[in-house]
Amino acid sequence: MAYTAEAPAIAAGDDPMVPRIGRVRRRVRELSDVWTLTVEMEDGRPLAFAPGQFNMLTAFGVGEAAISISGDRDRADSGLIHTIRAVGPVSGALTRLGPGDVIGVRGPFGVGWPVDAAKGSDVVIVAGGLGLAPLRPLIYAVLASRKDYGRFALLFGARTPADILFRREIEQWRRRLDVEIQVTVDTSGEDWYGNVGVVTALVPQASFDPQNTIAYVCGPEVMMRFGAAALRDAGVPDTAMYLSMERNMKCGVGLCGHCQLGTAFVCRDGPVFRNDVLRPLMAVKEL
Amino acid sequence: MTTDGAGSGPTAIIERRDLQALFDVLLQRGYRVVGPTRRDEAIVYDDIAVIDQLPAGWTDEQEGGRYRLKRREDAALFGYAVGPHSWKKFLHAPIQQLWRARREGDKTTVEHEPPRPERFALVGVRACELHAIAIQDKVFLNGEHADPHYRARRNDAFIVSVNCGKAGGTCFCVSMNTGPKVAGGFDLNLTELLDGGQHRFLIEAGSDAGREVLDQLPKRPATSQDAKAADAVIAATASSMGRSMKSDDVHQLLLRNLDHVRWNNVAERCLACSNCTMVCPTCFCTSVEEASDLTGTESSRSRRWDSCFTMDYSYVHGGSVRSTTRSRYRQWMTHKLSTWHDQFGTSGCVGCGRCITWCPVGIDITEEVAAIRSSEPH
Ligand SMILES: Cc1cc2nc3c(=O)[nH]c(=O)nc-3n(C[C@H](O)[C@H](O)[C@H](O)COP(=O)(O)OP(=O)(O)OC[C@H]3O[C@@H](n4cnc5c(N)ncnc54)[C@H](O)[C@@H]3O)c2cc1C
Ligand code: SF4
Ligand code: SF4
Ligand code: FES
Repeated sequence: MAYTAEAPAIAAGDDPMVPRIGRVRRRVRELSDVWTLTVEMEDGRPLAFAPGQFNMLTAFGVGEAAISISGDRDRADSGLIHTIRAVGPVSGALTRLGPGDVIGVRGPFGVGWPVDAAKGSDVVIVAGGLGLAPLRPLIYAVLASRKDYGRFALLFGARTPADILFRREIEQWRRRLDVEIQVTVDTSGEDWYGNVGVVTALVPQASFDPQNTIAYVCGPEVMMRFGAAALRDAGVPDTAMYLSMERNMKCGVGLCGHCQLGTAFVCRDGPVFRNDVLRPLMAVKEL
Repeated sequence: MTTDGAGSGPTAIIERRDLQALFDVLLQRGYRVVGPTRRDEAIVYDDIAVIDQLPAGWTDEQEGGRYRLKRREDAALFGYAVGPHSWKKFLHAPIQQLWRARREGDKTTVEHEPPRPERFALVGVRACELHAIAIQDKVFLNGEHADPHYRARRNDAFIVSVNCGKAGGTCFCVSMNTGPKVAGGFDLNLTELLDGGQHRFLIEAGSDAGREVLDQLPKRPATSQDAKAADAVIAATASSMGRSMKSDDVHQLLLRNLDHVRWNNVAERCLACSNCTMVCPTCFCTSVEEASDLTGTESSRSRRWDSCFTMDYSYVHGGSVRSTTRSRYRQWMTHKLSTWHDQFGTSGCVGCGRCITWCPVGIDITEEVAAIRSSEPH
């Protein structure tokens, strides 16, 4: 006898490989190849998540991809938010889904950013490109209880001014007096008056107490290596740095093997790792 | 499912001519009986209903990259080592549909058959293979998310194990502490005895289900003579292992040597063909694939066995994390012998020797470990 996944407790609880049904409510173009989807679960049960966690999203008939949650955990009932770059078949199909279209959701999976660990400390966020998307829920969480944290610096790098993700929101954050925001681009056009260069070069300029800081880094792997090195040079210990890793993922729940990184399953033990754990793994080529 | 630890209770003797009764009782009880049989010049695991389907009087010769069947001088039913198949093909299906989605008008539903509990009786499971099953149990059942398909097949499985009467040319279970003597995890356990011209089996039950089946079999109590004969069989097997590996420190040895030059050396020989992962009884990796009909109203997802030797396995946008054979062989071997301990609290290798025998170029995991050990840079 077949039963349907609309009985969510069974589908989600019993078989971790069966997606729940969601519907796209909103689709917003962020950049030339990046869209943000707001998804509502068909069963009406919002999906509670922690900043830094991801879902496995299905474009029916095409396939599934791991996509971080980019929304606000305190507003989970107003929809599940994902920001997706179209790079191939699955991500392409996901970004073509419009209002009313059906999408499959498994998750949330993985270990996210520690949010409370930084209370009482300065917060430094180093993001490269689409790496800002998985960090956005963390930014929301910190800003929501801003007084619990020390200084707050967001350092963000994009390839060109046209690649600056969440640009309007960054401008809003920038207007607050209690945040330091630095944006840099690798190559600029004529109408860019900001920083030019790699994001890691912003680290020495940011104001934070390296002995009392928690740093969060997400972006392409090379950028994270350099970002972690710059933070270390500034005096932040590996035990106070968190990085989010990307690996091939087919299950998200520790059963398919694909995401292994040395001793770790990135889907289950990560994607966010503390750098003292991660650094020895990253030091081995092609591990 | 097996419940007890080691074989307990009295042992009995069942004569060769009466052993068909075991199959009859298992079939009567609704089990799908699978066991060793000879096909295409190899001993494989398949459905068997009658005892004549067992490879009576056959044995195997195994070496690196070589497998050959030959006649024995006697009519032993289990007188060979393990072949290219393992029991994972029954418990962890090579292809498994995960769900089907159907669109009707505005409505999409995802349907998945509740896993159909197949009640397998696995006959002829060796000690190393019992350990391999226990290892896959840890992977599929003991984590935060269990695999319902594996669970459905595993829960009701009835296991008839056999103490090995002959070590294969590539076996090293003694080194891995997994054999040749069966030490638990079975419903019934057999030792094949051929001494004194009497073909018989020492049989013991390891669970309530095993005792129930045993009660229905024609048998006589075992004598101390029979017990001694069984011990001798196991001792002879233990002392004739084809391979050996020092395993107590291999976990740390490999972690210390992730940049050893030996990985370059093995990469020059390895074809990245994936044979070793397919025959390994503990390898569990899978990939998923999507299918859809032409109209786009139905789609489905299936998973199938995958191998860390493929390029796709570690692909992320922009390229494969492990683009070289060196890193892929290293991933496989360090996972088996090293990181598996960190992940699951046990070795991922049981010393069955399959990966050595079925490697087309005869790469030998025991030799690779020995090579690294003997040339560890200080
Ligand atoms: C934890 C995590 C979080 C992520 N968060 C985001 C996010 O927020 N936004 C975003 O745009 N992207 C994110 N990604 C990357 C995204 O999963 C890949 O871009 C996507 O899988 C690419 O698939 P594709 O078919 O569109 O493209 P292609 O790169 O062309 O894929 C080709 C083949 O490779 C496979 N493949 C490629 N990358 C992966 C992967 N990482 N895992 C499994 N299979 C893969 C595909 O399944 C496909 O079979 C994340 C990845 C991970 C692991
Ligand atoms: S690694 Fe080789 S010897 Fe070890 S269990 Fe797998 S196939 Fe058998
Ligand atoms: S070790 Fe042998 S069996 Fe394994 S992938 Fe390499 S060539 Fe194939
Ligand atoms: S994604 Fe399958 S084990 Fe991590």
